[in-house]
Amino acid sequence: MSCTDHEGVTAGGAVDVTFLTAHDCRALLADGSVSAVELTQAYLDRIAVVDGGVHAYLSVDAAGALAAAAAVDAKPRGGRKPWEGVPIGLKDVLCVKGMETTCASRILKGYVPPYDATVIAKLRDEGLIFLGKLNMDEFAMGSSTENSAFQVTRNPWDTDRVPGGSSGGSAACVAASLAPWALGTDTGGSIRQPASLCGVVGMKPTYGAVSRYGLIAFASSLDQVGPLTRDVRDAAALLDLIAGRDPRDCTSTGLTEPAGVPGRDDLEGLRFGVIKEYIGSACEPGVLEIFDAAVDAVGALGGVCEEVSLPSVVRGIAAYYIIAPSEASSNLARFDGVRYGHRTAQSEDLYEMYVRTRSEGFGDEVKRRIMIGTYALSAGYYDAYYGQAQRTRTLIIKDFEKAFSRFDYLISPTSPTVAFKVGERMADPLAMYFSDLCTIPVNLAALPALSIPAGFSGGLPVGLQIIGPHYGERGLLGAAHALEQRLAVDVVAPVQPAVAS
Amino acid sequence: MISREEVDHVARLARLHFEEDELVRLQAELGQIIDYVKQLSELDLSGLDPTSHAVPLKNVLRADEPITGLSQAEAVANGPRVEKGQFVVPRIG
Repeated sequence: MSCTDHEGVTAGGAVDVTFLTAHDCRALLADGSVSAVELTQAYLDRIAVVDGGVHAYLSVDAAGALAAAAAVDAKPRGGRKPWEGVPIGLKDVLCVKGMETTCASRILKGYVPPYDATVIAKLRDEGLIFLGKLNMDEFAMGSSTENSAFQVTRNPWDTDRVPGGSSGGSAACVAASLAPWALGTDTGGSIRQPASLCGVVGMKPTYGAVSRYGLIAFASSLDQVGPLTRDVRDAAALLDLIAGRDPRDCTSTGLTEPAGVPGRDDLEGLRFGVIKEYIGSACEPGVLEIFDAAVDAVGALGGVCEEVSLPSVVRGIAAYYIIAPSEASSNLARFDGVRYGHRTAQSEDLYEMYVRTRSEGFGDEVKRRIMIGTYALSAGYYDAYYGQAQRTRTLIIKDFEKAFSRFDYLISPTSPTVAFKVGERMADPLAMYFSDLCTIPVNLAALPALSIPAGFSGGLPVGLQIIGPHYGERGLLGAAHALEQRLAVDVVAPVQPAVAS
Repeated sequence: MISREEVDHVARLARLHFEEDELVRLQAELGQIIDYVKQLSELDLSGLDPTSHAVPLKNVLRADEPITGLSQAEAVANGPRVEKGQFVVPRIG
């Protein structure tokens, strides 16, 4: 929720960032209530006090952030771009020139990119302040952020629980007010699922809306960069800042129209399909209860909800766990100890150097997926696995096309469960994969979708997923805005200051 | 199901080494995942084209204009072992 009623500045001139959206930050900077340095320092102070208990950041660039903020303050207020001086947190999968970028993997420890990802260059041009790099599952493979080689991020609503993943650092960061907004990436739900578990807004754009140049690749036909924010209005603004066709990513197209400023407050004339396969026994009762209330809210706003069956989506996880690991096994072949990152200390020849470097550098889940992908692509199995998965992908796309001929939007719970306990699913890879049951088919079909906070079950956030047609971002965000106003979920996590541990 | 020989073979292809206890665990885990994804073989998908890329695009071209890339020094700056602007690797086989 936007909290513009909070001034954000106390009588003594100190900045309280707890309730600030990015739009609030922009307003405070525009009217001179705070300087960019004061605002940046306020976030750095909160990170110092709170992140010891959350562990959202892998690295904080205090000196770089303050220098960039000082440069903004040196310009006259009237001569600045709209978002100049607004801080942001960045998932550590995005290359930032001169800033260590690890993908939360030992194999990239110490890697300092010589260039900016296109999304980073765009934000730099607009004058945003980079607070630091956020934790994630190693190479974005996971649904809990427990697969990070460096630290386990905690859910700000209950620090015994995971924040979701793989953009768990980004979601926890926004939920705990350690940045007003953050960038994440989504290959099978990696923005939406942690957004759901942490009670924030998370959006995966249409595949191609945002450039992947400088995003360290996991599964190239599925990966997209997107916003994690406190409210829908911020999500639209951040999407417009990063979207666009990029000559450096020939699969990028940009959006057909800007997302703009979502202001819609009713759903009159809109038809919503409730995906039948994701209700009933697919989700836990507490999640369904909140989802049912969200369906009622759609009706109260004048929208029409009807059940729709997409039979092929139940095959989504099977297709995804062939396609994504296959692409990953190829993409991660580049980590060989030759050009960057870790190299083993001792090796007799090149083959041994490759094997030792990779075996020392990659964690268990990354190795597991490289093995699955290599197996699926190996001689004799290619058509039985990869070919069949790609044809299943076509089937899923056709089911979505059919559904969008009858409905404007499709809705479901974002995650079948609320945040689970740290360690609970680590021993069972398949159980972890089911965390993305409702989100994976959206990536396979390249559709835009977002998760907004819909309520709480047992004190933990529950997200509502809204899926739109290709390039339907503007309308999708408008509908989400109307629902957000109606549901009025309080999204400030009750995170307590912690001493760094 | 995946045999121990297949796990060894795939590990070689993937340039990964596993200790014995890891191999035992991995064989079980991969077997479980492969049994799960095998459900796709039950589907009749004849007549459906495979999708490798869900947004149709073809022949994405740009003007053939040179742009400045990274300098050699920048390109090798992250190399674990570099001499005279070149990456150094152990002997081949």
